[in-house]
Formats: sequence, C-alpha cells, structure tokens
Amino acid sequence: MYPIARRGLAAATGLALLVGASACANDAQQAAENVPGVTDSEIVIGTHQPLTGPAAPGYSRISAATKAYFEHVNSNGGVNGRKIVYKVMDDGYNPANTENVVRKLVLDDNVFALLGGLGTPTHTNVLEFVKAQKVPDLFVSSGSRTWNQPDRYPTTFGWQPDYTVEGKILATFVKKEFPNRKVCHFGQNDDFGRDSLAGVEKILGPVAAKQTYTTTNQQVGPAIGALKAAGCEVVVSATIPGFTALAMGQAAAQGFKAQWIVSNVGADYTTLSKQLGDKKVILEGMIADNYLPMAGDANDPWIRAFRKIHEHYNAANPLDGNAIYGYSMAYTFIQALLSAGPDLTREKLVEAVQKGGFRGPGLTPFRYSKFVHAGYSGVRLNKVQNGVQSYFGPTYITDDGEDQVREFPEPPVAPPEDAIPTS
Amino acid sequence: MTATRTDVSTPDPQPTRPSPLRRLLPGPPGTPATGGSTLLRHLVLAVLAGTVVVLVTNQLEPYQNLQVARVCAFLCVTAGYTVLVGLNGQLSLGHGALMATGAYTVALTQQAFDERAVQGRWILPLSLLLAVAVTAVVGLVIGLAAARLRGPYLAGVTLAVATLVPAITTIFTDVFNGEQGLRFPTETPPAFLGAYFQPERWLAWIALVAALLTMLLMANLVRSRFGRSLRAVRDDEVAARLSGIHVAGSQVLAFVVSAACAGLGGGVYAVLTATVAPGKFALDLSLFLLMAIVIGGLGSLVGAVWGAILLVALQDLPSLITETFTLPSDLAQRLEGNLALAVFGLILIVVMLVAPVGLQGAARSLAARLRRRAPSR
Repeated sequence: MYPIARRGLAAATGLALLVGASACANDAQQAAENVPGVTDSEIVIGTHQPLTGPAAPGYSRISAATKAYFEHVNSNGGVNGRKIVYKVMDDGYNPANTENVVRKLVLDDNVFALLGGLGTPTHTNVLEFVKAQKVPDLFVSSGSRTWNQPDRYPTTFGWQPDYTVEGKILATFVKKEFPNRKVCHFGQNDDFGRDSLAGVEKILGPVAAKQTYTTTNQQVGPAIGALKAAGCEVVVSATIPGFTALAMGQAAAQGFKAQWIVSNVGADYTTLSKQLGDKKVILEGMIADNYLPMAGDANDPWIRAFRKIHEHYNAANPLDGNAIYGYSMAYTFIQALLSAGPDLTREKLVEAVQKGGFRGPGLTPFRYSKFVHAGYSGVRLNKVQNGVQSYFGPTYITDDGEDQVREFPEPPVAPPEDAIPTS
Repeated sequence: MTATRTDVSTPDPQPTRPSPLRRLLPGPPGTPATGGSTLLRHLVLAVLAGTVVVLVTNQLEPYQNLQVARVCAFLCVTAGYTVLVGLNGQLSLGHGALMATGAYTVALTQQAFDERAVQGRWILPLSLLLAVAVTAVVGLVIGLAAARLRGPYLAGVTLAVATLVPAITTIFTDVFNGEQGLRFPTETPPAFLGAYFQPERWLAWIALVAALLTMLLMANLVRSRFGRSLRAVRDDEVAARLSGIHVAGSQVLAFVVSAACAGLGGGVYAVLTATVAPGKFALDLSLFLLMAIVIGGLGSLVGAVWGAILLVALQDLPSLITETFTLPSDLAQRLEGNLALAVFGLILIVVMLVAPVGLQGAARSLAARLRRRAPSR
C-alpha cells in the first residue's frame, strides 16, 4: 500500500505543478515591445534564397546583388540614418526548408520585414505564418498571383510582373507574329506553370499540347518528346533557368525544332549560356521578355549606374539579369522605406507600398494600390541574336484579369545620382 | 547490426525473476503481478516530465518553443522506431515515408473540414487520430511483406517505400499539389489562455501531449508480455517459436505499432507549420531518423529522446556556424546545404567508435561504473 500512496502523492503534486505552470507566462508584456528589427542605427530585414539546390543556377546571385546595393546605400549614410542589415538564408528551393528559415528569421532574428523571398512553391507555404506575425512581406521574387490578395494576406506584396500578365502579353505577341501555328506550353508543376498557362489561354484559347516538370526530377526528355509528337511549332515555356536549359537542350538533342518563347524568370542569357556550355548556340533566336534594363546594354544609364556599384561591392559575380534584378528590387525597397518616413513601423511600410508611385529602373509602372498588391504591370519582348539578348518592339502593359494588352509609350526615367533614390 | 543484440531493458523492475533468459519469455498466464504499478510509475514519470517541459516552455522565446515542439514531434517517431529496430530487430528505412503518410492525412482531413467551413477544437485530435489509423494500415501492409523478409531485403523494400511516397505526391498533383504541397488552417491557442498567449507555446504543448502519450504507451509496451516476445523474436526466432510465440504475428504487430507512432509524429510535425510538402519527407529524413536512434541507443526510449533532440539541433547548426564565423561566401553557401549531413555522419562514426551502444548505453554504463566505485553501505 505504501508505494502506491507515495506514487499517488507524487502524481498529485505533478498535476498541481502542471496547472500552476500553465498560468504564469509574460507574453502580454513582450507583445508591447518596440518595432522588431528597427533601432536608431539599424534596420534588420531577412530573406530566403536558393543558394543551393535546383534553382541555385542564376538565382543564387540575386541576393548577392541586393546585399551589395544595401552596402552601397549604407556607405552613403543609410536610410534616415539607419544602416540596412540583410540576412540571407538558404532554403535550397525546398518548401520544407523555407518554413524553417522564415520562422528563424521572424521569431529568432526578429527581422523588421522580409524582402524578396524567392520562389512560388517555397514562399506559398509561409504566407499564413507571415500573416499571423504581421510581418511586411515585400517584393516576393516570383510572379505568382498568390501574393496579390490584400484581403487574405494584407502584408504580402509581389514585385515582378505576375505570370498571368506575362502570359497574356506573350500570347498576344504569338497571336500577331505566329498566326495559325501550333502553340504549346511547357511549365513548372505548380502555381508558376499554372498561372502562366492561364494567361496564355486567356488570349489564345486552349493550347495544342501542355507538359510539365517537377524541380526534383531532371528527366524532361519524355515531356519534350510529347511536345515534339504533338507537332508543336511554338513553345511558351514557364521554367526556371536550370530547366529552360534542360528543356531546350533536350529539344535540340531530339531534333525538335520550335520557336521557344521563355518567361523572363528563366530566360537570362548569361545564366543559360553558362548552363549549356558549348551548346549555347541553341539559344540563338530564343524569344523572351523582361521589364528591367538588359544587362548587356552597356549604354543604358541604369546599367552604367549599377555597374559602378557592382564593380565595387559584387565583383566576384557577373553583371547579368539576376544582378540587375537584385539591384532593382533593392532600389524599390529603399523607395518604400523613404516613403514610410523616419518614424518607421511595420504598418507605415505596408501603407507606403500601397500608396505606390515608385518609378525606377523598370520599364513600366507598378500596379500597387490599397486593393492591388501586384508589382510591375507589363513587359517588353527581347530576342537572342549573335549571343546578345536585346529588346525589340514596344513595351506592353495589362492586368491579370480581363484588361486588354496595351502599348505603354512612356520612356524609362533616368537614374538619380549614385543610383540611390532621394524620395 | 551488432548493436541490436544488446539487451537494453532498463534495470529489471521485477528482480524476483530468476534468470535473464526467463525474462525473454512470456510470463505465466493469469498473473498480472506488478503490472499495475508499472503503469502508475510511467504515468508519474510522464506527468513530471510534462510539468518540467511546460515550465520550461513558459520561459522560452517563440523560436525555441518551436524547437521544443519539433523535438516532441520527432520523439513520437523515434520512440516507435527504436522499438521496431532495437527491440524487434526489423530494419526499416521507410519511416520518413510513414511520417509523410501521417502528415498528408492530417492535411487532407483539415482541408476537407475547412472547405466545408466546419470549425472546432475537435478537428485537430480527430485528424491526428485519422493519421495514426491510416499510417497503421500502411504499416500493416508493409509489415505483412516485412515479416517474410530479412536483413538487407527488408531494408530494400522499405527503402523503396521511402522513395516512392514523395514521388506519389508529385505524380498525383490534383490531390497532393506536387512539390508545393498542401496548406491548412493554422492551429491557434484557445481564447481562455489570453490574447497574447504565444502561438508557438501552444504548438509545443500539442506536440508535448502527443510525445508523452507515445512514450507512455511505448514504455508500457516494452515491459509487457508483448515487449518480451518482441525481444525473444529478435534474439532467436526458432527459440521464440518453440516457446509458443507467433513470430510473424509479433513482427507485423511491431511494424503496425511503430508505423502508428510515425504517423502521429508526422501529423504533429505537419500541424506545427500547417503545411505539408514532399521536400520535408525526402529519403534523407528516413536515414537521419535511423542515425538518430542508433546514436541515441537502439531499443532505448531515453535514447529516442537523445535522437529527437539531435535531429532538431542539427537543422539549425549550419546557419549557426556560417553566422558565427565569417566564412568566404562561396564556402558558406556550400556548407549551408551539406553541413548537417556531414556533422551527422561524423557524430555517428564517433559514437559508434566510443560508445557502440549509443549515447544512452554509454550513460548507463557510466552510471553503473560510478555505482560500483561507490558501494552502498
């Protein structure tokens, strides 16, 4: 009887402790803290990037450029006297890692905001968390329409043109330049591929054939074979750079000749030619689109300004489309910070982006408003000729809904001194 | 697998039994002996451990609470896994896939309720129960095959399961949404805990309840007649059969129990982030799980705790190292992706050299040596 009584007593004590323990926590006090990540001298922001893994070719250089730009800004006095600390975490383009690193950034490193988290499948899975934490989630590096849901995700904003906008413009071009051809679609097996296809089919109707790939499986041969068997003459391709290279390489190997029209996210010539090595000649004639100055255009004033920063802070990497992307996005972020004012809070930053009105390196205006959290409103087509990727034709803008594809005649703005925005 | 041979049952609770061999055999029927008090003892231990962890979580920052929650989720898996591999001698390489089964069951159940706008506190326990049930059924199927296979062949079959399950999610995209995975509503703390209650602490508590429940059940199971027959089957199948143990039956049952634990762990793991994606359950997870229980000490439930802690600690190690030391950027990049694997492998080698029966085995022999040196008066 004795031991049982003793154990009973121990159990009762344990239970009493348990009940008592649940009552004493001091969260209310912690919640009333200052703005996370902001001091008088610093703004700490974070991002998740594919520094390794299937999306690393090309994309791993975006955050290097963003970081270089912030170093440039910091050495010129920062923003309202505050230096920017940019924490880059590798997620290997694996959604499971993204959840982990974003929680670490927000809960452990107490970042003020997230900037340019890269990838559709990766970032989609942290949206609910970001919303619950009320963290400004600016300029997600992906063109998914998911970021543009102010009602559901009030702090999340896209930056690049969304894949439906892009798909509509590419399809309009195809309709005009390649009438009565068999048009097919090759896309990533997630919202990236789906949104792009939605845009293309809005203009052209159902495509002749569509195939997809998953990022964990490099075997694109069967999919490309199916496109060849369907007799495709034009392939609109919503692919990340590694898979653009795989797909076009596979098409060449199978003797499948078609006009490739590639989404801007997977069409940077420097990245692709590095992937393809001595087979890069198959890129000749590839049509793509973009919305930022072309990295190869040495006369563009923005490229000249960015090159100066690049050579000073980021010389180990080539000045390619990825670098221009990183610089341009960082530029827009500084504009948003300036617009939010010296008395920085998370709410003010979100309001500042919603107010919008930023003009910078981009060819088109942004779509930001209280009801739209989507970025650039359009793209311009480009083509690879003699190893140089350059723009042709007019700039087009549209939206992801029923709006027509229209020409946008305004010329780009000129860069300010040192390529640092003043307001 | 010499490590599987060590008898790791903690100091015998019933010293009246004459020979160590006798312990392996089922006790005489109809004598519950001190069975009731084993349960009570484990209950008290569980309550005490729970209290300590709750007290600790009250003091922790959100991210650390999330780490506690992850340890608890992994503990559900490693506890059941170590019973299967350590006590029953069946080597499964597919437990990551079983976790995935549990996780996807939770996600699909919660999504189904969410789409029908059904809400309530009961959805979480229900979805976790379903996860346990579905994974147990999958475990039954694999277990039936496993009971006919030995050693490397069994490892081969379960390895196929480990690679197959993530592949299924990318093939049937309509149901599982491919690499992107599924999302479901986030678990929020109940209102009576206050508006400022840390959500991560609530998650830690959910995972803690699951882990304690698993540990309690496993601890009792290990000391039950079934637990003894598991060990008898591991040590000598012929002898076990001669003693009247249904060898195949106990092997299948061991697999089902272990799978159910993995399903619960996977389900809880999914609840922590309110998402599932195949990338979480790649082949390396299954291998990490195995390494964790081997390092912790095969067949030991306390070793399973060590293993679970190690699994979580190593996730954050690469970023910690690259942040603490300023490394050249390309070296840091390469480390980020591969360091966890290298460190895990290194620890495994060191532990196997220094303490072949795992961390828990080493701790136990150290304690025994200290006891011998200081004889009780």
